[in-house]
Amino acid sequence: MNPVSRRKLITGGVAAAAGVSGLAVADRLARRYGLIPPDHGGLFGPGETLTYACQRLLTVHLPLHQFPRSMISKAPFANETAPPTEEFKRQQAAGFKDWRLTVDGMVARPLSLSISDLRSMGTRSQITEIACEEGWSYIAEWIGTPLEQVLREAGVHPQARYIAYFSSQSDWWDSIDIVEAQHPQTLLTWGMNGGDLPAPFGGPLRMRVPRQLGYKNVKYLTRITATDSMKKFGDGRGSVEPEAGYAWYAGI
Amino acid sequence: MTVASPAQQKTLRHSGVVRATHWLTFVSFIALLVTGFEIVISHPRFYWGEVGNVNVHPAFTLPIPSSRDTVPTGYGYVMPDQNGWSRALHFEAAWVLFLCALVYGIFGFWTGHFRKQIVPQRRDLDWRAYRGRLMRTLRRAPPDPAEAHSYNVLQRTAYVIVIFVLFPLTIWTGLAMSPAFVSAFPLTSILLGGRQSARTLHFFLSWLLLLFLIVHVAMVALSGFRSRMRAMITGRAGTSEDGS
Repeated sequence: MNPVSRRKLITGGVAAAAGVSGLAVADRLARRYGLIPPDHGGLFGPGETLTYACQRLLTVHLPLHQFPRSMISKAPFANETAPPTEEFKRQQAAGFKDWRLTVDGMVARPLSLSISDLRSMGTRSQITEIACEEGWSYIAEWIGTPLEQVLREAGVHPQARYIAYFSSQSDWWDSIDIVEAQHPQTLLTWGMNGGDLPAPFGGPLRMRVPRQLGYKNVKYLTRITATDSMKKFGDGRGSVEPEAGYAWYAGI
Repeated sequence: MTVASPAQQKTLRHSGVVRATHWLTFVSFIALLVTGFEIVISHPRFYWGEVGNVNVHPAFTLPIPSSRDTVPTGYGYVMPDQNGWSRALHFEAAWVLFLCALVYGIFGFWTGHFRKQIVPQRRDLDWRAYRGRLMRTLRRAPPDPAEAHSYNVLQRTAYVIVIFVLFPLTIWTGLAMSPAFVSAFPLTSILLGGRQSARTLHFFLSWLLLLFLIVHVAMVALSGFRSRMRAMITGRAGTSEDGS
């Protein structure tokens, strides 16, 4: 064996050992700091995990930049949703007076809130852009109650790691990690551009997660629940999107 | 067992790092191209500025049907929707490409690969040298023997543009479409004129990269496909056979 190949062998061996132990350390740290998404399995798991972990570390407490009022889109596009049920139409005719948001799961005080209860709990508005995974986007003023406020009111347990949320439309639910849920710009949105949130845009109540794509912003919200694991929901991958091939984490 | 002669060892054309990152970049670029097209057909309209949607006048539209029925394309046909796995593969391939770029970039600066082999040499940096080399290429003159081991000024210029301009800009414009990344670094989007401008630029940049790929493969084919492929796979430069 000549010296060049021996040196190569040693460097290669050291590099491989460093790589393997580096991966093991990275894996332990990632688990400890919650950097592994619920849909980390399968062929695209490594990519999803890298994106989620890096973006979580980069963005953890940063706000999304806002736009001046003059940039609010004149003709926002609501996208299509399933036709409203008879029950939804009845509620709409009654001005959504009977609409309730249930807050349950790992909380000290489960809540059942009307839209006016939410309004009285605190209001925050922001002018941010919503972008669809298809590529289009619009800017609106979103008005609502910070999710963080409601979670504090309900006394969310420190062990809770995710907030799952459900629409009145069947098979439409999603979840975000507790960091995103406690972000001041994550809103339980009931108003838009100075008025009530129109039904095509998710009224009476929509989850607005401005640092993630449109599909995380579930419309017609009826329930939020705090949990320490997404394994108990659906097929365990955190939302309905992975079943259709979409990523649970939609920061990109 | 055959021992490599000193002469053969000297003719190592491409180092292991260059070869590995070259082929990984190739595979991930093809994946990005295919999935990028799949994503585009879900909204084949392009805008300039911050926002754009079906209620906004587009800068231009692609004359193709869409994979979503909410987009008015003028076609009575909706293409199959493949956005789910396309997005997942797009970002995974982007990670492979980004990590390759990182390894190759560090290697290139560290070992002097960029300085010695990629950046045009000082004596080539005048228009007469450019014109001379361009005329020789257009006349299909055979390359200098020295060019089997080193790139000429035209090749170096093309590689500098691809490595230091097109790929970085493509990565930048891609990141400028990520709401979470833009929340951390708003300037990535603002400097480009907004989210929709970034998307439009990303689209054009991918065409420029595809153009480079086509010319690159054509040049490899013209200059001796087998010997060039052997050089990029095994690292050994071509000998006189195969006309290289």
